[in-house]
Amino acid sequence: MRVQLFGTCMVDSFFPEVGDATVRLLEHFGVEVMYPQGQTCCGQPAFNAGYRTEARGAAEHFLSLFTGSDPIVTPSGSCAAMVKHHYPELFHDSPHLLEKAKSVALRVYEISEFLVRKLRAHETSYAGTGTLTYHSSCHLTRTLGVREEPLQLIAALQGTTFVAMPDALRCCGFGGMFMAKLPEISCALAEEKAQSVIATGADTVTGCDSACLMTIADALKRRGSSIRVAHLVQLLAEGL
Amino acid sequence: MSEHQTSLNFRENAAAAVQNDSLRAAMRNAADTFGTRRAAAFSAIPDLEALRDRASEIRLKVLDNLPAYLEEFSVNATRAGATVHRAGDAAAAREMILALLKERGVRMAAKGKSMISEEIGLNAHLQAAGIEVVETDLGEYIIQLEGETPSHIIVPAIHKNRQQVGKLFAERLGVPYSEDPQVLTKIARKVMRGKFMSADAGISGANFAIAESGSLVLFTNEGNGRMVTSVPPLHIALISVEKLLPSLADLPTFIRLLPRSATGQAITSYLSLITGTRKDGEATGARELHIVILDNGRSEILAGECREMLKCIRCGACMNVCPVYRTAGGHAYGWTYPGPMGMVLTTLLTGMKKSYPLVDASTLCGACVEVCPVRIPLVPLILKLREQKVREGFSDTKERLGMRFFGAAVTTPELFYWGERVSRLFWPLIRKLGGKNVAGRLPEPSGKPFHRRMP
Repeated sequence: MRVQLFGTCMVDSFFPEVGDATVRLLEHFGVEVMYPQGQTCCGQPAFNAGYRTEARGAAEHFLSLFTGSDPIVTPSGSCAAMVKHHYPELFHDSPHLLEKAKSVALRVYEISEFLVRKLRAHETSYAGTGTLTYHSSCHLTRTLGVREEPLQLIAALQGTTFVAMPDALRCCGFGGMFMAKLPEISCALAEEKAQSVIATGADTVTGCDSACLMTIADALKRRGSSIRVAHLVQLLAEGL
Repeated sequence: MSEHQTSLNFRENAAAAVQNDSLRAAMRNAADTFGTRRAAAFSAIPDLEALRDRASEIRLKVLDNLPAYLEEFSVNATRAGATVHRAGDAAAAREMILALLKERGVRMAAKGKSMISEEIGLNAHLQAAGIEVVETDLGEYIIQLEGETPSHIIVPAIHKNRQQVGKLFAERLGVPYSEDPQVLTKIARKVMRGKFMSADAGISGANFAIAESGSLVLFTNEGNGRMVTSVPPLHIALISVEKLLPSLADLPTFIRLLPRSATGQAITSYLSLITGTRKDGEATGARELHIVILDNGRSEILAGECREMLKCIRCGACMNVCPVYRTAGGHAYGWTYPGPMGMVLTTLLTGMKKSYPLVDASTLCGACVEVCPVRIPLVPLILKLREQKVREGFSDTKERLGMRFFGAAVTTPELFYWGERVSRLFWPLIRKLGGKNVAGRLPEPSGKPFHRRMP
């Protein structure tokens, strides 16, 4: 099986180790990973802020890179949701691009979804340690409907004790441009999320979106907490 | 209220709320309680999703045929003895109600809870004309004593804790301080009884109006709604055009959905259907009933692309689950309606110019969409309004320039990667200029971005 990897801009700039772990995992399961060079951002910051023209530009660029029929895999629920649900909305007046957008929408998978549904990666054992809690990102859960897959993968981490977080599905406060436009509320929400993480007593918190994890990591750091924040693919790749 | 809109200061309002520990504790407590109760109430309804579909369809049917249903309602309500008035805007509705009261020499009016009356600033208008107006819903009474406006559409005093209410009652009513909700409720009830018996008029809203029968439907918990609408000789009901339901057969869907969504109750303590005036031989009911139907911009909303907002049945479920609302509190939104439904409706009713910062008051987390009983696509509506904000030039210059660069960079990988390199190079400066709570929350960019690690 071959996939096209969409790294996302967050991973490209800030969390390349999440990209590395994604590749390691996919290759472990015998998947050939193709990385279309020249990829940038899915366009979500512009789309969510009301800049359709800019978002459309990003989407067209994406469509020009991710051609063919291989599945497209990305380590972000939010970016996958953008491609899957919002790209088709952007091209309702352009039949040719709409067709492409619809085809891409059918091919795109968030990584935990792909690992479980296509590779049955939750049936493998991974070496784990310590106590782990999980933040359920909004777009991953509500827009993509990926609720169980991350938990199924967490359950495959042998030696790890899972503790559910209170209000795991409450927003971390990131919200893309929201964090810059309303930083006071954003910080307050992140602070609440950090308290929820700490309340679990876990030594590690995980999730499937680097932006949310970044927000949580910062809030934990501000509280002087030493709880580790890691993307789920990192924990799985470490346990191979 | 309409003239004191502070939506333009949403960020400042919200930032102040974040610093207010007692407000945040009260909001967290209340929103969590209602959210939990709602979830529990619906766990016993197996066909919830089908019920929501049905409710949405009924509401859409109303919107699709609004003029016809309004006509049908008017004819049937008139036949039952009511007088129906149509008010184009807030000022017309205020004047109409004041004239009705003045003509009948009304000195004191008892009021049931009505968000439409808040929308048009009715109390202030009547009081300025020398008419005493007494709010009889406990929450509304509390904020009236305090000189505040509601911060939630169902639970108007949600932002107050019982210590604050105890102190307020002691100061304003001269009663001994107590923070026991039962004692406080008893005190309010005693005051209220006197008001009901001596009021010359009752003013209420309605949750629904039934076209087929001309009936008004009120869901209430405290019994005050029934007192207001049946004890005084004159009852004035103020509703907005979209409150209609086609027929009584449509009501059970909403009886199942509204109280559960609002307060997590299977049904409210009182469910009143008022059809016309008191008939000969009937023991209760107003002798004279006037129904004022307000448009105030709704026909325009109906003709636009955000029309689905008018499906709203004012349950407040969206605000109870909204992370921004529970942090900022209802007053931060600066007008009558707060939370997700409020940010959309306020922008639609008062215009982008007076409310554009509100359209940013969402992380787009989608919690509101998940609970809305009539399936209002709140996130897509928020996105539409953000587009409108940009299109009409209400976004700030820095953002517009930034987006222009973003638009160029996402289509030109060399430029995008150059941007990454530059931000890494100037990271300490960016962190400093970008502020502790924005750029200061991002980690340092990697020395070797992911695209350079891949073949």
